[in-house]
This record gives sequence, structure tokens and C-alpha cells, in this order.
Amino acid sequence: MSDAALVYVRHQDKEQNYLQAGHTLGSWLTSTDHKRIGILYALAITFFFFIGGIAVGLVRIELMSPNGDFLTDDAYNRLFTLHGIVMVWFFLVPSIPATLGNFLLPMMIGAKDVAFPKINLLSWYIFIVGACFAVVSIVAGGVDTGWTFYTPFSTMFSNGDVIAAAAGVFIVGFSSIATGVNFITTVHMLRAPGMTWFRLPLFVWAIYATSVVMVLATPVLAMSLLLIIAERWLGMPIFNPANGGDPILFQHLFWFYSHPAVYIMVLPAMGVVSEIFACFARRRVFGYAMMVYAMMSIAVIGFFVWGHHMFVSGQSQYANFVFSFLSFIVAVPSAIKVFNWTATLFRGQITFEAPMLYALGFLGLFTIGGLTGLFLASVPIDVHVTDTYFVVAHFHYIMVGGSVSAFFAGLHFWWPKITGRLYSEAWARFAAIVMFLGFNTTFMPQFIMGYAGMPRRYHVYPPEFQIWHVMSSVGALVLFVAYTLPLIYLTWSLFYGKKAGDNPWAATGLEWQTASPPPKHNFAELPHVKAPPYRYHPDRQAPEAEDRKPETQQGAM
Amino acid sequence: MTGAFPATASAYAGEWDRFFFMLTAISGLIVLAIFIVIVGFSIRYRRGSKAKRGMLPGAITNEIELGWTSATAIVFVFLFWWAAVDQLKNVVPPGHALEIHVLAKQWMWKVQQPNGVREIDELHAPVGRPVRLIMTSQDVIHSLFLPALRLKQDVLPGRYTYLWFTADKPGVYHLLCSEFCGTEHSRMTGRLVLMTAADYARWSAAQPGAEDLAADGEKLFRSLGCSGCHAPQSSVHAPDLNNVYGHKVQLSDGRSIVADEAYLRDSILLPQKDVVAGFDPIMPSFRGIVGDGDMVKLIAYLKSLASKRERP
Repeated sequence: MSDAALVYVRHQDKEQNYLQAGHTLGSWLTSTDHKRIGILYALAITFFFFIGGIAVGLVRIELMSPNGDFLTDDAYNRLFTLHGIVMVWFFLVPSIPATLGNFLLPMMIGAKDVAFPKINLLSWYIFIVGACFAVVSIVAGGVDTGWTFYTPFSTMFSNGDVIAAAAGVFIVGFSSIATGVNFITTVHMLRAPGMTWFRLPLFVWAIYATSVVMVLATPVLAMSLLLIIAERWLGMPIFNPANGGDPILFQHLFWFYSHPAVYIMVLPAMGVVSEIFACFARRRVFGYAMMVYAMMSIAVIGFFVWGHHMFVSGQSQYANFVFSFLSFIVAVPSAIKVFNWTATLFRGQITFEAPMLYALGFLGLFTIGGLTGLFLASVPIDVHVTDTYFVVAHFHYIMVGGSVSAFFAGLHFWWPKITGRLYSEAWARFAAIVMFLGFNTTFMPQFIMGYAGMPRRYHVYPPEFQIWHVMSSVGALVLFVAYTLPLIYLTWSLFYGKKAGDNPWAATGLEWQTASPPPKHNFAELPHVKAPPYRYHPDRQAPEAEDRKPETQQGAM
Repeated sequence: MTGAFPATASAYAGEWDRFFFMLTAISGLIVLAIFIVIVGFSIRYRRGSKAKRGMLPGAITNEIELGWTSATAIVFVFLFWWAAVDQLKNVVPPGHALEIHVLAKQWMWKVQQPNGVREIDELHAPVGRPVRLIMTSQDVIHSLFLPALRLKQDVLPGRYTYLWFTADKPGVYHLLCSEFCGTEHSRMTGRLVLMTAADYARWSAAQPGAEDLAADGEKLFRSLGCSGCHAPQSSVHAPDLNNVYGHKVQLSDGRSIVADEAYLRDSILLPQKDVVAGFDPIMPSFRGIVGDGDMVKLIAYLKSLASKRERP
């Protein structure tokens, strides 16, 4: 975009950026603007993140001692259930797609909004209704099934309000599907002229792959939850063997959704850090096409590995072989992405602003999480460490170390775009480092005690594990501080932060070629895309140190 | 026992540890290599550093990508093969194992030794010979976790699952439930007591309640009326049960099945499920009549009818 056009946009929308388009609560709650809906989602998931955090905080306090002297057995079981359900479905699944995805996806492809703005708003209301319903029924109704709802415990034996909790998660599923359909349609139909598929930023590809998985997998979760409700409420014999049902059937259905759901949580994170590594290394992403293929093959192969959650369930040993093999295969594209991000740094001009620190944290923690995934894909290893803290540590490295670090990376990277303000760089860097250290202090001991045979979901435990639990709890306290810091300095920046300017990182994406915060309809005029993404430097020519100006922006208006 | 290193009570557990630490070493090297490269690049290519930049080696990109993709795939497939070989060794249960029944319920482990001795939350077993656990649950899914043997198996309601081991180190070890099963899940724990063969023999003879499971089963077989149809001299057309256990049975729908504990149990509780070829589906179900304890005895009796001949 030429400077003249820039000035033109600024003048046009000086009083019409999306934040100024209405100041009443009603103007927010009825807005169909994808940017405002992204912010509504952000507020909601922040609330749920702290609910889930408080639940696990109490769990970690309890686990400081092996005797279970702080909570009752039931209270403990309800708290880890609350933590799991809230963090998976009400925080991680919507985290990056529904906040950053909603805000950025239309802007990155040069569109005014998503394809179905009203459905987009509806999805938020569905989310709020379902999630609040579930949280209230878990807290008031004492649900203690764990987030996995295993049968026949959940259908015949648990005393809590399982039906209500399952219904809440069922409802939230519709918001996932609505968001997924919306994004898929948007990417197919609303790309700006010149925005070909292989000019899409990797973040858009990641959200696209995620949406496909959401649309295909979430209905299976809905079915399994309905079957639970049918058996528990109506007494239909489905899972309970006392009535001729099959208890393992539920696990097949559940993991057919829940393994792909892991990719719903981690693919968007891969998209975020791809943008950030390119921008702060001033380099084109290494192997762009391969990155796209890797994400799409993760999305597809991810549907065929669910049985690796069931190696000790009594399923056939031959099925175990097949699922083990496929699980090793699905790790290949993830490994390639790690190599490609690393190679993107090669001959760059790297700076270490907060988003980059968070993204580097993602890279390290995701690598450890991925490699321990290979342990769990090996049947004999899995037999010993499944259902122990080894598994707990593994999936937290992927979903918290990976996805949550990437969420914070993205939040800091696009904060100036969303709010027009700069946060305190020093505090942000400090929080990123504390988060990395706190995370490892919390979860590294869990690998060790898992190997040593500490089962998960244990309220009281053999005393020899206490030392590891105490380390883990201390780490959790550090993590709590690290997660609270951004809440404070980001809120502060809303009022006192320096004005950011339109493109403080000199990034190339279309979303940076309009004002910050963006005008109500994103662009003053329809952008024309003239280049692939990440043109930070001329072809085959490494970037210069002093010249932070990209070779070319992605589009022009 | 220190916290970091779980006790090791079988040769298999030792092998498992070696495999685990090899994997850890390989992963550690990979992590180290990647970290060194990331940190190295971060320092070397920090903004304004003197490191050589110039032209990028663009032409060899494809070769690099193809190279590390295939290298990764080969390493991962190798690891799969390595783990699978380890797994294969344990697919086939050892012959002539000592068979111990385990019944799980909220929130206790009930164990029945081959000689009928009952235990709660304890599992006594001899070292030096194969032991096979035949397990089922009375209510929800539990999971028997024996960390010292590096073994775990879910215990399911309505069907049998199995676990087998040959331990080699006497001692007292953890026995844990590792599948969440309700309020007192974390208290559903007990002791695995491994003893020398002589100690085990002495211990099991000294316990009260030692009984002959098969003999009890035979009594049940008569009192429940099974013998009315299944005895060779009976006028009702029902299969002869001699030499059934452990042998192949032809079913009326064309399948054939090896008669194991699960098959015998299903035939008693769900007689219409696997009907033997050549017979009418006339047997009544004994669901609600034969409990899990009686089932163990009946099966022990049926097995004793087959033990006169060589087991496969």
C-alpha cells in the first residue's frame, strides 16, 4: 500500500475504527463484526481459563501431601473433572481459532467479514450458554467422571449430574461446528483478488485445517454424548455390559473425536508461530508448500490414530500394532514442521521481542511433547506409563507448553493490531521467560513420577512420590504468576500503552496493511494481492540488518 | 525404593527399562541437537551480527526437505519396529501358567488362588514360573497396574482380560488401580507379594479357606441342573463338555472359536451368542443366577474336564 493510500485510510476511518463503532454493551452483544466477536470470545475464554486454573490450583495444593487431608475424595475428583472439561472444551478448543482466528482470518485473506456473520455471533451465544450450563452443573451437581466420561462409570455409577454436564458440552459442540463451517466457507469464497491458495498465510491454512477437523470430528463427540444421555436417562442398553452393552465402544467413539481434537488445539498454534518466526527472523518461511502439506496430512492422519489411547483397554493386540504404526507416521509431519521453523531462522536478522520469545518457548516445549508422544505410541512403553503422570505431562507439553504458549505469542504479536496500543515490552519478555521456566518446573517432574508408576487422578498416593508432587506444585505457582502478569500489563496497555502505529513489526500480511485498530469493514477498499506471504527479503538474498522494510507487502489497495 | 526408580521384579521389567532408557537417550539427543541449532541460530543470526548472510542456498531446498522427511520417517518406522518386536514377545501367553482369578469392584481387588484361597487387596504369587491373571470387573472399568512388572491391563465388566508375567525377585510391591473408577479410586490399592516357590507353597497351604475349586464347581454343576442336559447319559441333546476347554469349537453360524474362559462364561450367561454347530439354541441363560464367584468354580470344573488330555 502506498503512503498516500495509508493516509487516505486513516482519514476515512479515524472515528470509524471497529472499537469506536459503538460504545454501548448492546453494540457489542449484537455485533456481527468478526473482530468484535473475536474479542467476545477472548473475554469468555479468559474467564474459563481462570475457572479451570482455580480448579487445578486446588488440586495442586492437595497434592503437596500424599494423605489427602485438604479435600474430600469427591471434591478432588470433581475438581480435576472441572479442570479437564473447562480447559479442553471451553478454553483450548476455541482459544486460537475463535479469538485470533475470528479476528484475523478475514483480514488475512482480504475480506470484510466471515461468510456468515450472524452465525458467527450465534456461535458465541451457543458457546456461552453451553459452557455456563456445563460449569454450573459440574460445580453444583458434582460431576466426577473426568473429562473423558468413560462408561459404564458415567452412565450407571457416577452420582453427579452427568447428563447436564454432557448436555453442556454437547451444546458447545455446535458452536465449534458453526465456527468451522464459517471459516471453511470464508476461505473458499471470500479471498481477495490474487489471493490464491498457495499465497495464503500459514495461519490461514492452519485455521482451515482445524476447521475441517472440527466439522468432521465434533459430530462424533455429539453422538457419543447423546448415547451417554440415552443410557443414563432412558436406560437404553448401549455401553453397560449388565444389559448386553459394550463398554469399550464408548472409548472408540470418544477418542475418534478426542484425538483429532488434539489437532484442533495444536494446528492453530502451528499457524501462529509460523507467522511470528518469519516476521522476527525477517525470513520467508522455509518450505512453505511442505508446511501446508504437513498440516493437511496431520489433519487427515489424525483421524486414524485414536486406538493408541486404548492399548490396555483390552482391544486386540493386532489393532494395537496398526494404531501404533499410524501414530509413528502422524509424528513425521510434526517433526518436519519443527525442522522448517528452525531452518527459517537460518541467515535471518533475528530480534527477540515478546512474541518471538513465546514462539521459541512453543518450539522447545512442543518438541519435547512430540518426542514423548513417540514413547506413548510404542505399545510396550505405553502399557506401563499410560494412565500415569507421564501421559499427563506429555499432553500438557503439547497443549499448554505448545498451544497456550503459541496463544500468548499470537496475542502479543497481534495486540497492537487489535487494540492499537503497545504493551510494556520488558514485562512481556519477563512473563514469557517465567512462563517457560514455570511450565518446565511443573511438568518435568510429572514425567519422572509417571515413569516411576504414579497413577493419574489419584487423590491420595504412595508417599515416595511426594517430592515430585511438591516440585510440580511449586512450578504451578510460578505458572499462575506467569499467566496473571499478561492480564495486568495488557489491561494496563489498553489505557496507558503507547500508540502502536499501523504496522509496528513491519510485517507483510494483509492484516497489517490497514489501520490499527482496523476500520469497521477492515479495508477502505478491496485489497489486491500481488505477492506470496512472507516477502521479507528478495528471492535468494538474505535480509539486511538495518533495513526492516520487507521486500514487498502481500497486497495493495 | 527411591521415588525416581521403580522396583524391578521381572526380567521383562529390566528389558522394558533398557528400551525406555534407549528411547530417552535417543530423544534426549534429538532435543539437544534441536536446541543447540535453535540457540546457535538465535545467537549467530541475531540482528546485525557479523555472520555471513549473502545469497541463500535456495537451489538445494528440495533436497534438504526430502532428506530430512525420509530420515525422520525411517527413524520413526525403525522405532515402531523395535517396539513391535518387544510387544510380539508378549502376545502369546506362556503355557502351563499358574492361573489366578482377579475380580475388581468399587473399590477393592478380590483375588482367588488356584487352590481356592481368597485374598482382598493382596496378590500372592510365586517367582520363577509363569503366572496368568484372569480378570473381570463387577461394576465399572478398573485397571490393574503392577509397576514393578511394568504391566497394566484394564479390567472390564462383562468380559475377561488377561495379564501374564514371570517374576524373578521376591518382595512386596505396589498393586494399583489406574483407571478412574469413582470416589475411592485412589484408595483401590494393594500389595503384590512375590515369594519363592517354597514360600508360596507354604503360604497357600497355611491359609484358611483353601478349597478345591474344581470340586466345588462340580457340585454347582449338579445343583444348578447343568448335568441334567450336559451329562453323557442325558436324553436332552446338549454338547458334551469333556475336552472342550482349550479346543476349537465349530459354531452354528459357521465361525469357529477356541473355548477359553471368556467363551465358557459367555455360554453360561449369554447362551444364544455362540451356539455350537449341530445343537439347538435351547439352553437357558444363567445371568443373575451364577455370580462371579460361582463362575470361577464352574470354569475351574470345566477346565478340569479337559486337563486329562494335552492342552494345546
